[in-house]
Amino acid sequence: MAEKILLEAKDLVKEFPAKGRKKVHAVSHVDLTIRAGETLALVGESGCGKSTLGRTLIGLIPPTAGTVTFEGTDLTALSQKELAPYRRQMQLIFQDPYASLDPRMTVRDIVAEPLETYGVCPDRAATTQRVRELLDEVGIPEEFLYRYPHQFSGGQRQRIGIARAIALRPRLIVCDEPVSALDVSVQSQILNLLKDLQERFALTYLFISHDLSVVRFMADRVAVMFLGKLCEVGTGADVYARPLHPYTRFLLEAIPQADPRLRDDEKNLLQGEIPSPIDPPAGCRFHTRCPYATDRCRTEPPSLRPLEGRLVACHRAEEL
Amino acid sequence: MALFKSKKDVLSADLASQIGESEGMGVRLRRMARKNKLAVASAVFLVLLVLAAVFVPVLSPYDAVNGDASTRLQAPSAAHWLGTDEMGRDVLTRLLYGARISLAVGVVPTMISMIIGVALGVIAGYAGGKTDYIIMRLADVMLAFPSLLLAMVIMYTLGDGVMNIFLALALVGWASVARVARSETISLKETEYVQAAKSIGVKPGRIIRRHILPNCLPALIVLFTLNIPSAILSESSLSFLGVGIKLPNSSWGLMVNMGRQFLYNAPWISLAPSAAIMLVVLSCNFLGDGLRDALDPHLNNE
Amino acid sequence: MDEYTLKIEHLSSGFFTERGYVPAVDDVSLTIGKGQVVGIVGESGCGKSMIARSVMGLLKYPGRITGGSIILAGQELTGLTDRQLQPIRGKDMAMIFQEPMTSLNPVVPVGKQMREALLLHENMSKAEAKAEVIRMLSHVGISEPEKRYNAYPHELSGGLRQRVMIAMAMICRPKLLIADEPTTALDVTIEAQILRLIRDLSRETGMSVLLISHNLGVIAQMCDKVYVMYAGKIVEQADALTLFDKRAHPYTRGLMDSVIRLDASPQRLPAIGGVVPNLLRLPAGCAFAPRCPHAREICHTERPELEQIGPGHWCRCFERGRS
Repeated sequence: MAEKILLEAKDLVKEFPAKGRKKVHAVSHVDLTIRAGETLALVGESGCGKSTLGRTLIGLIPPTAGTVTFEGTDLTALSQKELAPYRRQMQLIFQDPYASLDPRMTVRDIVAEPLETYGVCPDRAATTQRVRELLDEVGIPEEFLYRYPHQFSGGQRQRIGIARAIALRPRLIVCDEPVSALDVSVQSQILNLLKDLQERFALTYLFISHDLSVVRFMADRVAVMFLGKLCEVGTGADVYARPLHPYTRFLLEAIPQADPRLRDDEKNLLQGEIPSPIDPPAGCRFHTRCPYATDRCRTEPPSLRPLEGRLVACHRAEEL
Repeated sequence: MALFKSKKDVLSADLASQIGESEGMGVRLRRMARKNKLAVASAVFLVLLVLAAVFVPVLSPYDAVNGDASTRLQAPSAAHWLGTDEMGRDVLTRLLYGARISLAVGVVPTMISMIIGVALGVIAGYAGGKTDYIIMRLADVMLAFPSLLLAMVIMYTLGDGVMNIFLALALVGWASVARVARSETISLKETEYVQAAKSIGVKPGRIIRRHILPNCLPALIVLFTLNIPSAILSESSLSFLGVGIKLPNSSWGLMVNMGRQFLYNAPWISLAPSAAIMLVVLSCNFLGDGLRDALDPHLNNE
Repeated sequence: MDEYTLKIEHLSSGFFTERGYVPAVDDVSLTIGKGQVVGIVGESGCGKSMIARSVMGLLKYPGRITGGSIILAGQELTGLTDRQLQPIRGKDMAMIFQEPMTSLNPVVPVGKQMREALLLHENMSKAEAKAEVIRMLSHVGISEPEKRYNAYPHELSGGLRQRVMIAMAMICRPKLLIADEPTTALDVTIEAQILRLIRDLSRETGMSVLLISHNLGVIAQMCDKVYVMYAGKIVEQADALTLFDKRAHPYTRGLMDSVIRLDASPQRLPAIGGVVPNLLRLPAGCAFAPRCPHAREICHTERPELEQIGPGHWCRCFERGRS
């Protein structure tokens, strides 16, 4: 691949303290690279650690162990002060457009906040002018500059959140489930907007989602995560056409198809619940739900290894 | 840019039909006023009381300090609406002079304790860890003392005087404010919009000023209106117990105390200030309830 | 005798707010046959949940039914008091919600909560009721039902909680199960399990299901008959195959086009422009006209009626012939 690497995580670990001296293993020894200009999707079910991983990558949560390098600089070695110029380059778009905007601030103040924090514009009038331009870029008419968030619909709020995220012209934007709280028709509008912005401003996206359809549309590459570990990383076309990891396959098969002719009452469903990240299973973390698990899977954790032009963490990937 | 220009007009028209009217605090307060008549009546009562206390020298023909021996212990009448006391002074006039001190004692120490409590509570909640631990244990210690006893001890140490009452009540009151401010801060700290501000790189001081304090405000305003009555009651108790306001000043608590010996013959001397205390306390509570509803954005979205 | 489990005729319900009447459900008629799974699909605010709550008699103030009738297994429900509805709710009809946590009492073990319904509606002793609850828990695929009987809601995962909700709804063998976005809060692998469970239970017991969802995939996989709602009105209705094959209403087509396909990756997604109209300020003509790519003049001035355009296929559009 010719594209250069923008962000690279090596052996990244994040653990949270839990009750009774136990630990929540949210992210366990993850290696991940994000290339400049691409959209890398992080897919997984709730509690798999994808949001934590996203926030650890941009320095919002300090990692327990491991390194994150941004264009060659190790971010984990920097102090809060030294981190500031890098933080500017990495922004976050949140899932819930109702919770991520301060209800007591006007749209102008919300979008102006990043500009004011870094003193981007010389004075208040210039800041307001810049906010107008940003709102125009995301399709919010400027006459709503002094409205409050609760006066907007979910889709419009998400546009405001996006305007805030692109205000500093960042290199990388972590989109944390940006459309899962929205209606289907609005979802498409926002996804199109994100793609347009990516093209115009040469943005790199880390797109976190549990919705495999949305990921299919957005992602150049897909990383599938299960219980704090990556199962499979590859291009969207490869992973969707021929998933190598059994978990990826079950995920794809579970999507309810919008076609009544494709009903399959007998199709294989993944059984059981997601194990607790406080006490993850030994060996391959997926083995308790995996119908193909062997004794080796129960004892020896598989490493992420290259196979057929992508990475997969399964002992039996070749045979299945 | 062209990509968006073309769509903008359509979207703009849609938005205009979609977005509700701009709704500021004023609109919300007016809506609350329509819904909660009790709160409005309470507010009107409190305002009238303050005005009466301020203008009592003009409004009343009587002297509050020097009585008229010929009109001792008279029952309420057209001349003396609430009767007279044992020294022949007009009870209503003394009540309104007393309101100056009692209301000041309600507002000033509450304000001081709010400022101390909010500052410490927000710092504790936002910083967490050791800072939080130290501040909150201090607050626990304050709360563990019976507050009236503590105020009495402070008054004995500092001596009499209105200023010292302010100080004593403020020192007693901050801990419970700090607790509320801390818990509000902790829950606000976890909201996505504070997380968003952090992810942008906004500094803690600004996050507290811009995001945490404004969103704590409704809870704090309500707490303020609820703490006023307790301060008034504390002052009344202190004065009643003889460590608060001293003669010839008057406060409602002192008036209740002084009228005690005539409770059988001239009950109005004690009952008038008692009723005044009760009315003010109730009004503050009603007003607090009303404000809480008015300031809750969730009740105003529909 | 009626062969329909549920028959709703010309139902209207809405909210009386300070700014005026909000017509959340406007003249909706629908039928559900015995053992049928019927879906209502639409975006948030289209009135689909309002129908469910109208049927259950669970409208919250200031919401009210303003007209029409709801007939459950031959019995008229509109006009019944809450007290009269009580024995019907839970016994003849039951409902499961999107977020199971909010509809379970957090301080009572789930088994006890389920037992309540049995003690209330069936003449059972406590021991019999407990045995029945445990049987039901294992029936909905919960392992170790004796252990789960004493579990508190927060001790269960989202998928298990939804199973408990379903078990609770099924315990008195209702004729009608109303499922309001039952899998929206769940992960995709758990969603598939829960959907299969609902369908299997319906087949086994002949129970009718009213499934409310915004997800066309869920609707396509589950339903025999589908109603598409927009701004409080039904805009299209047909059996599932006809609807997906012959989608007639521009809104239905827009919805189906916005579903992302897994086998292709286009540069842009087809999207319905604009936003859902404010129910307080509905346009004079067709509610969808401002967003509709085919709207003519008449669409902006007159309201179209629901008309039959094929066997069992109804559509509310002046332009339905064109595509």
